[in-house]
Amino acid sequence: MKSITLKINGAEHTAEVSPRTLLVHLIRENFSMTGTHIGCDTTSCGACTILVNGRSVKSCTMLAVQADGKEIITVEGLATAEGLHPIQEGFHLNHALHCGFCTAGLMLRAVELLEKNPNPTEEEIRWGISGNLCRCTGYNNIVKAIQWASAKMQGRELPSTEPEFV
Amino acid sequence: MIKCKTSKEIGGMGHSKKRKEDARFIQGKGNYVDDVKLPGMLYMDIVRSPYAYAKIKNIDASKALEIEGVIAVVTGKDLEKYNLHWMPTLMSDTQMVLPTDTVMYQAQEVAAVIATDRYIARDGKEAVIVEYETMKPLMDPFDALDPDAPILRSDKEGKSDNHIWHWEVGDKEKTDDVFNNADVTVKQQMHIPRIHVASIETCGCVASYDKVKNHLTMYMTTQAPHAIRTVIALVAGHVGLTEEKIRVISPDIGGGFGGKVPVYPGYVIAIAVSFLTGAPIKWIEDRSENLQADSFARDYHITAEMAGTSDGKIQATRFKVLADHGYTDASANPSKFPVGLFSIGTGSYDYGAAYMEADAVYTNKPPGGVAYRCSFRVTEAVHAIERMTDMFAKKVGKDPAQLRMENFIKKEDFPWASPTGWSYDSGDYHAGLKLAMDTVDYDGFRVEQAAARKEGKLMGIGISTFTEVVGAGPSKDFDILGIKMFDSAEIRVHPTGKAIARFGTKSQGQGHETTYAQIIAEELGIPMEHIEIEEGDTDTAPYGLGTYASRSTPTAGAAAAMAARKLRDKAKKIAAHLLEVSEQDLEWEPGKFFVKGAPEKSKTIQELVFAAYTNHPEGMEGGFEATHYYDPPNLTFPSGAYICIVDIDPETCDIKVRRFVAIDDCGNIINPMIVQGQVHGGLTQGIAPAMYEELIYDEAGNILNGTFMDYLVPTAVESPSWETGHTVTPAPHHPIGAKGVGESPTVGAPPAIVNAIVDAVSHLGIKHLEIPVTPFKLYKELKAVGYFDKQEA
Repeated sequence: MKSITLKINGAEHTAEVSPRTLLVHLIRENFSMTGTHIGCDTTSCGACTILVNGRSVKSCTMLAVQADGKEIITVEGLATAEGLHPIQEGFHLNHALHCGFCTAGLMLRAVELLEKNPNPTEEEIRWGISGNLCRCTGYNNIVKAIQWASAKMQGRELPSTEPEFV
Repeated sequence: MIKCKTSKEIGGMGHSKKRKEDARFIQGKGNYVDDVKLPGMLYMDIVRSPYAYAKIKNIDASKALEIEGVIAVVTGKDLEKYNLHWMPTLMSDTQMVLPTDTVMYQAQEVAAVIATDRYIARDGKEAVIVEYETMKPLMDPFDALDPDAPILRSDKEGKSDNHIWHWEVGDKEKTDDVFNNADVTVKQQMHIPRIHVASIETCGCVASYDKVKNHLTMYMTTQAPHAIRTVIALVAGHVGLTEEKIRVISPDIGGGFGGKVPVYPGYVIAIAVSFLTGAPIKWIEDRSENLQADSFARDYHITAEMAGTSDGKIQATRFKVLADHGYTDASANPSKFPVGLFSIGTGSYDYGAAYMEADAVYTNKPPGGVAYRCSFRVTEAVHAIERMTDMFAKKVGKDPAQLRMENFIKKEDFPWASPTGWSYDSGDYHAGLKLAMDTVDYDGFRVEQAAARKEGKLMGIGISTFTEVVGAGPSKDFDILGIKMFDSAEIRVHPTGKAIARFGTKSQGQGHETTYAQIIAEELGIPMEHIEIEEGDTDTAPYGLGTYASRSTPTAGAAAAMAARKLRDKAKKIAAHLLEVSEQDLEWEPGKFFVKGAPEKSKTIQELVFAAYTNHPEGMEGGFEATHYYDPPNLTFPSGAYICIVDIDPETCDIKVRRFVAIDDCGNIINPMIVQGQVHGGLTQGIAPAMYEELIYDEAGNILNGTFMDYLVPTAVESPSWETGHTVTPAPHHPIGAKGVGESPTVGAPPAIVNAIVDAVSHLGIKHLEIPVTPFKLYKELKAVGYFDKQEA
């Protein structure tokens, strides 16, 4: 067992972990933050995506001991005392989630995407989230949600969140 | 524009209300089954067979049991002592929970390891040594029919072949007669490949048996909690677990698509172990286990034929199916429908002769036969009819859009009796296709295509105009294990006019907490924000058959409206009492009753509910609650007109969907935003089998793509930007005129895509392409017709 100390959503945590414990299990089981999900065993689906020192990381493919000394943000840490994070608002207002299982991972991936590229094109968004699978939504509204969050974060005029029909 | 009868504040039908369920999901506060943690909980992992067909010679668990923290290793022999080693399937076949002597497919459950922690359970699984004697597996369903083929289900007394059942529908003689005398016939053999629903949450459970109370609480990923409760009682009643002692809780479900309808061995083993140990047992599948062992969808080999006149009138169709069910028929179909609702396959066209037959066989593949976001085998049928319609159009030299327009059932001909026995309730197929064609500029594309072909470019346009059949179903025909497929709603309105409503269905992302509240708001005028919806707990919800096959809105949605109408009737009586008028003098507008001709004399629904608790008329029962069990008089028949445009890279054969327009008609729309979201998602699950997904096995029975590394679920890059719209033809027999929509796009999209790809290469002599149409498959077909020779020359 090894003792590690890390910051999760701003709070410092210490844990005794076995060297083989995956970071996602540490977060979900030791710290009971179950908003981070597990959808595969091959680092393909992205449901477990979190931010480690600001970078989006699939936490099923990082050992807990590798997170020693790191700062982690999970879905539970997105909202602040002022309210929801723009990406959370964007997902809700644009109907970018159905079952909700992939949502946390996609939002955290999008947070880093918007950090690096505050005004992404549709194509940049699609490639940017291509490491995250969603089986319910068909992605149209996830793209819209990220565009909406981009507008909100950049202070641009907010796009309509009403559905558009032909 | 959709007209709304209620104000935005009330938020009844037609309002694009944002979803009530989102708040918990976007903040990481959902409660999925792997989030359930109980004191003293143990973890289960499952040893699986590396072989597709083998005798088990020995299972040595001694090394596993030496590991600290491994509590037990359970085998088929252990379960046999309690007669729990086999279980019935929904189709009255039998399935092993754990084998006692033979494994029938790769990844089949062989033993279960119980440990104090999920890592230790995995260590234990690796330490169990199983000796096998392998046999040559039967992987091809056509080989399975060979009289010399080994008999796979020799466990069944008197079984002398691998044939499971034969099914047929329609008038064979009449159909054959039309074919024999037809000007034109077309015929095509096609395979609708084996695919997997791959919901992002896998399956799992926490089985928690309380020895003191003799009570089981089962948290599990199920789309049909009440049916599961009854099944558990039927299977385990003999050990004292009767139905009142069982509580099934289906917490938040991370996608279902039919894959969470069946009972998998893991659930049963977890219950058995919890029953024996008294400890809660958690079992959560890995993705690879989920893909390799849980129910498949499709796997129909279809010989499809169409006959018609030389000027393009469809006269008859004939379909012959060979269904590969794996080692047992564990399909999730209503009992009397072994091929599901495949007989919808005469499509949207007006002709009077059809004959369909199907045979099912056993092979050494995993069992299943679930929906993959489709109403019981409708996708297979729609693929066949829509491909044949295009092939027929090609043969008679007609544009496929024009041919469809000329053959559609007319709006005024509904209800329409199909040659396979359905009574289509309503539709306006011409309007749907016209809207789709105008949106995509169909004629403009044909001009562009003709010019592009001269430059050697490959582009195509494809149509699918499908009819779905959903909302199972009328109790005279539809049951699961004898339980009739009605569904229920219970509404309780509290004294202050706020409500909770409970249902026997279970959302897996469909948004029931929002849409059911809107239905009740529509009927009662109580703002939808003040109506809580609860599903998924058999202790509190009224009995229902669950959510799959687009049945929730047609059945439980109707039940919600009917229960609300009972309450509105009661409110009217109270209003008459309070306003001192007769009921005939009252009129309703959403949210209040008023006196005809004197609108200032009125009572709001909130006042009337309050009176039901504080000042109800003498002789009237107090309170304000109602329950309704809705038995639909017919199924509903949603339809759609989809048009797809593809561009093909002539060098790499990469296929790009340039545009995809989907016009759906799901009757009256409860929430346009949610309907559109359902359509988007269904379309991506339509492009998936058309271009990417297929479970592939080799001759030795190995699955070649049993992980998310190689089973190609579309990402945001493969998924096009969908364009959607609707026509509205209400279901005449449904209380709110709704039809159901969640699966239409999955059903309708694949043939639109394939028809577009075939259209792009049809001038080169290619008549048909099997799904999934991959670049490599297309390359081989183009090479075979000499396309690349011409290019090089």
